[in-house]
Amino acid sequence: MPTYSLNINNKVHKIDVDQGTSLLWVLREHLQLTGTKYGCGIAQCGACTIHVNGSPQRACVLTVDGFADGQKITTIEGLSEAGDHPVQKAWIKAQAPQCGYCQSGQIMQAVALLNENPKPDRDQILSYMNGNLCRCGTYMRILKAIQLASENPPSVS
Amino acid sequence: MNMPLKSQTRRQFLKSSSSVALFIGVSGILPQLVSCKNRKKLQETINKQRLTAWVELAEDGHVTIYNPAAEMGQGSMTSLPVLFAEEMDADWSLVKVAFSPQESAIYGSDGWGPNGKVMLSAGSRITFGYYSIMRKAGAQARYILLYSVAKKWNVPITELSTENGIVIHEKENKSIGYGAIVPFLEIPEQLPEFTEDQLKSPASFRLVGKDLERTEIPEKVNGKAKFAIDLKLPDMVYGVLERGKVHGAKPIIKNEEEILALDGVLKVVPFEYAIGVVATTLSKALAAKKQLEIEWGKAIASGFNSQEAYGAYEKIADQNKNGQVLTEIGNTKSAFRSAAKTYTADFKNDYVYHAQMEPLNAMVKVMEDKQSAEVWVGSQQGFDSKLGVPQHLGIPPEHVNINLQYLGGGFGRRSMTDFVLECTSLAATMPGIPVKLLWTREDDVTYGAFRPLTLQRLRASTDTNGKITGFSHIVVGDGGNLVASGIKNEHYDIANQYAEWREVSQGIRLKHWRAVGHGPNKFAIECMLDEIAHDQGIDPVELRRRLMSKSPRALATLEKAVAMSKWNEPSIAGRAKGMAFLERSGSLGTGVCEISLDTKTGKIKVHHFWNAVDAGVIVQPDNVKAQMEGGILMGISSVLYEQITIVDGAVQQSNFNDYQILRMQDIPETVETEMIASSEHPQGVGESGTPLVACAIANAFLKLTGKPLRHLPFTPERVLQVLQA
Ligand code: FES
Ligand code: FES
Repeated sequence: MPTYSLNINNKVHKIDVDQGTSLLWVLREHLQLTGTKYGCGIAQCGACTIHVNGSPQRACVLTVDGFADGQKITTIEGLSEAGDHPVQKAWIKAQAPQCGYCQSGQIMQAVALLNENPKPDRDQILSYMNGNLCRCGTYMRILKAIQLASENPPSVS
Repeated sequence: MNMPLKSQTRRQFLKSSSSVALFIGVSGILPQLVSCKNRKKLQETINKQRLTAWVELAEDGHVTIYNPAAEMGQGSMTSLPVLFAEEMDADWSLVKVAFSPQESAIYGSDGWGPNGKVMLSAGSRITFGYYSIMRKAGAQARYILLYSVAKKWNVPITELSTENGIVIHEKENKSIGYGAIVPFLEIPEQLPEFTEDQLKSPASFRLVGKDLERTEIPEKVNGKAKFAIDLKLPDMVYGVLERGKVHGAKPIIKNEEEILALDGVLKVVPFEYAIGVVATTLSKALAAKKQLEIEWGKAIASGFNSQEAYGAYEKIADQNKNGQVLTEIGNTKSAFRSAAKTYTADFKNDYVYHAQMEPLNAMVKVMEDKQSAEVWVGSQQGFDSKLGVPQHLGIPPEHVNINLQYLGGGFGRRSMTDFVLECTSLAATMPGIPVKLLWTREDDVTYGAFRPLTLQRLRASTDTNGKITGFSHIVVGDGGNLVASGIKNEHYDIANQYAEWREVSQGIRLKHWRAVGHGPNKFAIECMLDEIAHDQGIDPVELRRRLMSKSPRALATLEKAVAMSKWNEPSIAGRAKGMAFLERSGSLGTGVCEISLDTKTGKIKVHHFWNAVDAGVIVQPDNVKAQMEGGILMGISSVLYEQITIVDGAVQQSNFNDYQILRMQDIPETVETEMIASSEHPQGVGESGTPLVACAIANAFLKLTGKPLRHLPFTPERVLQVLQA
């Protein structure tokens, strides 16, 4: 079994898994970074959204072999030490989550949006967030949370 | 707000050493107070008597309140503990919340019906079911604190009062925090049973009715909230099942040897309707699942084509043979005979899928001697609170411990236990080793348990003044109450009413889906009313005002929604408003939406949704709004997009690429909720929004185009067909 090294949340992890193993299963089942969720496995729901070098990606359609160059992977656990990233704070302020299952992915997508575009308008938000499903129907509050966060833009890292 | 991250099992609960647990008996059982330091005594107490344990008080003043309900986003981790804290007069900033153990005799509510105490988070019933229980238990906890201080200070208990976690003796200007009472807590011989009139009146609520942040939200934004799917135990192995595309079809495995020889595969486990595989890792289990070669037998559903079913259903509705009568008020037959005008319309409704975002999963460990089991699961619980696991394993209920986790959505799907029992079966083949079962999204869609396909035949009669004199509703479909709920019109003054269910079974798996039969039935009823109003050239509001003349609470929601939506002001060109009223889980609500239509594509756009709800006492106003928002968005989703189709018995959809749900670009500009002030017993809100949507949209469409939409979902193709008809 090959060994892979992955740079996740600014830490290098060495893991032995079969070639082609889904990055999502590596994060969740091997490293217990379970904030990143499985929802569809085919890049349709966004529950598994992480950042690769800052850009939002669906972990379910990435495989462990694609990170040999030390690309920086960030998961919800790496977003802030204390859960106090401005976007997370806005999420609490808006009381956005219901069941909560989609919310890590939503937050990771929203952080990427605000990094790219600190003052998005409504249409830009809706369009950027369109790939992230929420069955509980929290979209109104996700929108509100992003608008709240964009009034206090997070410092671009 | 801080809170333990995982549910506290009873064992963990007993382990806490710096605090005491108050076991406060309800229903005449004597209260007990046992220090957790004395574990033996505590164990004895628990073993000896059936007690309720709602609260733990620590010397540092922290209060842990136990939530007996599932948390699936509806906010039970806040709304139920708040009720307790209100009466206990606890300092909310020191309150922590944990799941109670799953023991229905102790933590159940009798608010669901006459069958005794159950733990069940379904039907939007938990606030209704626990409103009195939590407050009475909280009042008893407060009484124990007062009693102990009265003894200690040697003052009459009547001279003591409480305020935000402090006992006060005003006369001597003394006070003591709840935590400081712990060392000398004393339980009275007999604990008073509090009645409603001894509890706080809604006017003096300090926490109830205020917007408190939900206790579990912080861990839902940092990835730490644990769903069952997130758990991992040492030595844990993984299970998956391959089920047929035709529900109930029996499998014959063709390559068992080959599968067993695959790297990491531990077991192949046959089920009546599936083949299970247990493997060392999830990837290996999924890989093996893909390689299974299975021959599927025939099932009841074989040959069934859902979109052709309506023809057969119409014939069943035509027959003179009656089904089960659900309502019979007055005499609709004679009303129709003497009518000035009669109306008839059929409404149709395709299968829909729950699509909860966390696919079904569970983890079960059957102990080596097979005499006990631990279960970790996100469940809406069940009637025995042990989810059927004891019966499945043939062991006593007390040998099964359920560790309830957060639910990544329920919507009725997690009130079924199929996935729990599947996991139990797999775990039984691996005694001593925890097995985690995962349904892939494809499994979850294909082997779903859907809201039934139905046909509703409505007939109505009016007299020469246009007054509705008779109303008849025949629903054809499978599933009993799944298709019957919401068929009654208790708030409309119509002298002659009739409702009937005609059963037809297709062998498709069915289950409660948010608001159950209310979705299809209210769709039919409310659209019929607007079609009559349209025909008579009167305002649908006016028609409903007349019908609600004897139901002032219903009328109040109507008037509120009329005001909120500025009903009387015309919409801008190309838009129209439509309304619907309904009762669900005891709540009354009127919704109004405003839509526009792309006549080229057939796409309906919902711009605004206003709704006014009377749900009795509102425990958490912002949370009620969140539930209404979510319910309405889920309604829009199901009404505009969602559709499961069956061809030759096989479910045609498999994932979110072919089962579309609402995405963010299609949300309305606003969703507004107002609550009618009330001091009545609280009712359910989780399902009151969803069934408003179909009828409100169809009624807006009728106003906009003059044409009725009578078949859910209103896909663009269907809308175009209606426009061209
Ligand atoms: S799980 Fe990756 S997008 Fe759905
Ligand atoms: S909060 Fe439940 S799926 Fe989004």
